Amino acid sequence: MSVVGTRVVRIEDHKLITSGGDYVDDLRDPLLTGAVHAMFVRSPLAHARISAIDTSAARELTGVVGVFTAEDVPGMDGPLAEPWLAVDTVRYVGEPVALVLTEQRYQLADAAELIDIDYDPLPAVIGYESALAGETLLFEGTDTNVCGTQGEPEAVTGAFDDCEVVVTETIVNQRVAPAPLEVRGASCAWGPDGRLTMWLSTQNAQIARGFLAARLGVAEERIRVIAPDVGGGFGAKIGADPEAAVLGWAAREVARPVRWIESRSENLTSMTHGRGQRQTITIGGSKDGRVGAYRLDLVQDAGAYPRLAAELLPSFTGLMSTGVYAFPTVEFASRSVLTNTTPIAAYRGAGRPEATAAVERAMDLFAARIGMDPADVRRINFIRPNEFPYRTPGGANYDSGEYEEALDRVLAAADYPALRAEQARRRAEGDVVALGIGVSTYVEVTANGGGGESGKVVIHRDGSVTAYTGSSPHGQGLASTLAMLLSDQLGVPMGRITVRHGDTDEIPRAIGTFGSRSLQQGGSAIKQAADKVIDAARELAADLLEANPDDLELDEGQWQVRGAPSAAGATWAQVAERAEGGELSADLWFSDGDATFPFGAQLAVVEVDTETGKVVLRRIIALDDAGPIMNPLTFAGQRHGGLAQGSAQAMLEVMDYDADGNPTTATLADYSFITATDLPDFELLEMATPTDRNPLGVKGIGEAATIGSTPAVQSAVVDALAHLGVRHLDMPTTPIRVWNAINAAKEVR
Amino acid sequence: MRVGIEVNGKQTTEDVEDRTLLVHHLRDVLGLTATNVGCDTTSCGACTVLLDGEAVKSCTVLAAQADGHAVTTLEGLTDPDGGDLHPMQRAFREQHGLQCGFCTPGMIMASVSLLRDNPKPSRDEVRHALEGNLCRCTGYHNIVNAVMDASGQEVQA
Amino acid sequence: MIPAQVSYVRATSVEQTLELLAEHGDDAKVLAGGHSLLPLMKFRFAAPEVLVDIAPLDELRYVRESGEEIAIGALTRYRDLHANEILRAHAPLLAEVAGAIGDPQVRNRGTIGGSLAHADPAADLPAAALASDAVFVVRGPEGEREIAAEDFFLGPFTTPLEPDELLVEIRVPKLTGVGWGFEKFNRRAIDWAIVGVTAVGSSIALINMGGSPIRAHAAEQALADGASPAEAGALAAEDTNPADEPHASADYRRHLARVLTTRALAKVAGEWPAGLH
Repeated sequence: MSVVGTRVVRIEDHKLITSGGDYVDDLRDPLLTGAVHAMFVRSPLAHARISAIDTSAARELTGVVGVFTAEDVPGMDGPLAEPWLAVDTVRYVGEPVALVLTEQRYQLADAAELIDIDYDPLPAVIGYESALAGETLLFEGTDTNVCGTQGEPEAVTGAFDDCEVVVTETIVNQRVAPAPLEVRGASCAWGPDGRLTMWLSTQNAQIARGFLAARLGVAEERIRVIAPDVGGGFGAKIGADPEAAVLGWAAREVARPVRWIESRSENLTSMTHGRGQRQTITIGGSKDGRVGAYRLDLVQDAGAYPRLAAELLPSFTGLMSTGVYAFPTVEFASRSVLTNTTPIAAYRGAGRPEATAAVERAMDLFAARIGMDPADVRRINFIRPNEFPYRTPGGANYDSGEYEEALDRVLAAADYPALRAEQARRRAEGDVVALGIGVSTYVEVTANGGGGESGKVVIHRDGSVTAYTGSSPHGQGLASTLAMLLSDQLGVPMGRITVRHGDTDEIPRAIGTFGSRSLQQGGSAIKQAADKVIDAARELAADLLEANPDDLELDEGQWQVRGAPSAAGATWAQVAERAEGGELSADLWFSDGDATFPFGAQLAVVEVDTETGKVVLRRIIALDDAGPIMNPLTFAGQRHGGLAQGSAQAMLEVMDYDADGNPTTATLADYSFITATDLPDFELLEMATPTDRNPLGVKGIGEAATIGSTPAVQSAVVDALAHLGVRHLDMPTTPIRVWNAINAAKEVR
Repeated sequence: MRVGIEVNGKQTTEDVEDRTLLVHHLRDVLGLTATNVGCDTTSCGACTVLLDGEAVKSCTVLAAQADGHAVTTLEGLTDPDGGDLHPMQRAFREQHGLQCGFCTPGMIMASVSLLRDNPKPSRDEVRHALEGNLCRCTGYHNIVNAVMDASGQEVQA
Repeated sequence: MIPAQVSYVRATSVEQTLELLAEHGDDAKVLAGGHSLLPLMKFRFAAPEVLVDIAPLDELRYVRESGEEIAIGALTRYRDLHANEILRAHAPLLAEVAGAIGDPQVRNRGTIGGSLAHADPAADLPAAALASDAVFVVRGPEGEREIAAEDFFLGPFTTPLEPDELLVEIRVPKLTGVGWGFEKFNRRAIDWAIVGVTAVGSSIALINMGGSPIRAHAAEQALADGASPAEAGALAAEDTNPADEPHASADYRRHLARVLTTRALAKVAGEWPAGLH
């Protein structure tokens, strides 16, 4: 009996609901006995010269084990290099300047208060214009704040010459904080064998190990990184941040284990942010709704140091810029700029939500200009099901899609005509509360670049199974999904299957979790490893049953001679017993998978109080197609979380700075993290279009719903105000923005 | 100062600094690490425990204030000898009301507190009762389902 | 975020509390529910040397009828105000406002006395007390004195309370059957009000329209002169001085004050106002 495809509660949960997870700050490993506590002293200014640091008073405080600054730690070479601790210049509020180590956790803040740092403020580069103007530069010896360019920014081409209608708009996809509920933390110790063990809240222990080895100048074999339970990542915990290397260095320096957990307020300014693009969209076509040309020209805010936003994130935006549409002519250009803000890196979607938000906004603007229903304009321009595989002008190779079908199902489930009728009624009656309907259709890329993953399956002497995956789940429920796959393949009950991940000693080679790749890549690796185990077992079982291997079949975990069901078979335990060392094992690197392209359609219904500007999300109807569904329970869970985060970007969340570069949303009291009362119950529709790009036929679901929901909700808010003359509203659609937009539209009219 | 708190039914007595926050007392002194810290502004609710049966954010209570009182943490919901799960724990698992699990201890304790005050809440009442507990993973839909399930009511697909 | 070192002292009586406050002066802070003070201490915006925890003073935890007034002990929690039958019958505005503060965990700890004495201009209860013509009973070394709500909120976090005085009781006139309205505008339910309006009968007090809660005198006067809710509401922002911030400009706040006052007054008049709820 197959469990794959059925609703299975997670094997991860028992611990989490009884004693709680073992997150990094919960660990009581003997290696950490006698650990000192660590805290980074961070810059309170966006841009300044450090003129003096006096650590003497702090050093004298009882319990202080060490205070370290840039003078103490290794330096970094190269242009635009991000130092371990700030050298001479600080470039964003939250940049680490010093490290304090104390015996007791409560002494950290006392000691940090006593570190006296003199700063000479410099003008801060805040905002796209200021960065492009380059009057103030972040790095000496450069002549620009631009740290990456793709295509031909600001080029004027003939692309739109033949279009009857051309619409252009400059919009902002705002900077947001990933804000996993568990902040960043690490604990580490150098053992008597000269090896560093670091427990790190990360999505990729193996990538973190490589980073630490490079920074600390030791061989990878001398470092063990363990990802314990991780309280959410959302892209911001990929690999390791510079702080991790400082901790590893400090543990060696003081010859003591070190524990570090940041505060939330630190986290909001020091963990990387996501998004942050100013996009100029131009769309042109004919009055009958056919788009002839589309151009996306964007400026990516990279923050103070070029991490992923210099090249990678805008390249993803370019790759996915045309979305679900077959546009004849497409242009893409981007410039990444340095600003005196927290560096920007991956956040749930990483460059693809920005692409979708831009093109969906463009379609809405085009539809509004030609007076056509936005759903109809989309339908006219979709890539057709018979056009797959479809190579986009941006260079993506789409696998499969049923874009129109997805939209039709969503419109039907929402009763779109009834919603439009209700909207018209309210408008006619002058209702203070306007109804808005937003439609988005999207496609995204998951497991981009393939990359491969490791998988190992071991059948033990007692017939139990351990799987080692290179993926590194931290909430997605992948351990359960892999156990389900193995249970089906091997005929072993899920309760006898253990899934291990996130320890570089157990799993030396791996890539880990990001980009919605885990099931496709890590799952396929486990599937192939299990296939290999089955092949090896067949030979052993044939010996055992004195039969021809080709005559054997695996039935409910029993090896049987085909056609002789009553004859005694062999159990997994018996087969494993005959293997060398009493264990059957297969270990491999899966590399046959390629990128897949989940897609969907979503419809959001909002109410907007036109007197106060308040927006309330009333409904969101989502169809997110990621191929065959392994576990409907966790599949829905991934979509729920995505819908919440995507809606949050549309309505609520923004990481904001004042003109001097002071963050104005640096606590969870000020950052509008979405709550239970801000969301409706979600309405999910199912559709499963398989892919041929991996053995499981699946696509990724981790980011899809986030990507679809942001433009749906944003579009709904704009739609609610359309009759008042509003044609665009940047995110988040805060009450004051709504009110200002209504007022501005009144003035125009 | 010396602080005596009945924690999960057992009397504890410890000498702590007067400024010790209850959440750190539970985690670092008593070793009960289910209760988590997710913010520093009394916003996220990950540190929610029951103080004399009522939900409080243990990051905003001094251990000293709890002296002479009773605290229940997630660990105290089940019988320490491996007894049955509390109905709320069971419902969170059954309804997939958790993903990364970090908000879960606080979320479960806030939900237990809710049902004590309001045994049959509506979905909207559940959302409002959990407005002080942030979750980044679930979008809250299945958390609401879990509370509905634990209160013997219909859940929503 | 960890508070600076502090000495914690548990109160045993009002008298002993007053002695402790007299002894330590500005170095001491009264701790009630702690939900205003402890967050400040964690960020070290406040660093008292001594905390006097008055939570054990059960004699300050009550709601009782006292002739034409209701007397509320300073330690009565938001949760208990919200559920209190006497308040629901005779001062429902206070009960309703208390139920909208923060979240359930905050309401399980926060006290009316703590909120009023803290005098945050963005807090809800100070405005509700002001609209209700509350009187605050204060005990000090010289004995007891009464301060009217309109004389109590002097500015942001500023009251006439001396360091050696303790707010012990809040008295509000019974307003049985008098219409009331409460409009709190925020982005998320757990947020502080961007602007709020409390109204009962012809009294209107505004939340976050200046450095302290203020009465909307012009609107009140108009109402007394027979104006409609909309006409009176249009005057709600007169003589206000709201903060001008990127997420809420002063102009926007004045606009909100007018809209929300109109809606609150509609409720006072027993109408169902327009807008999202």
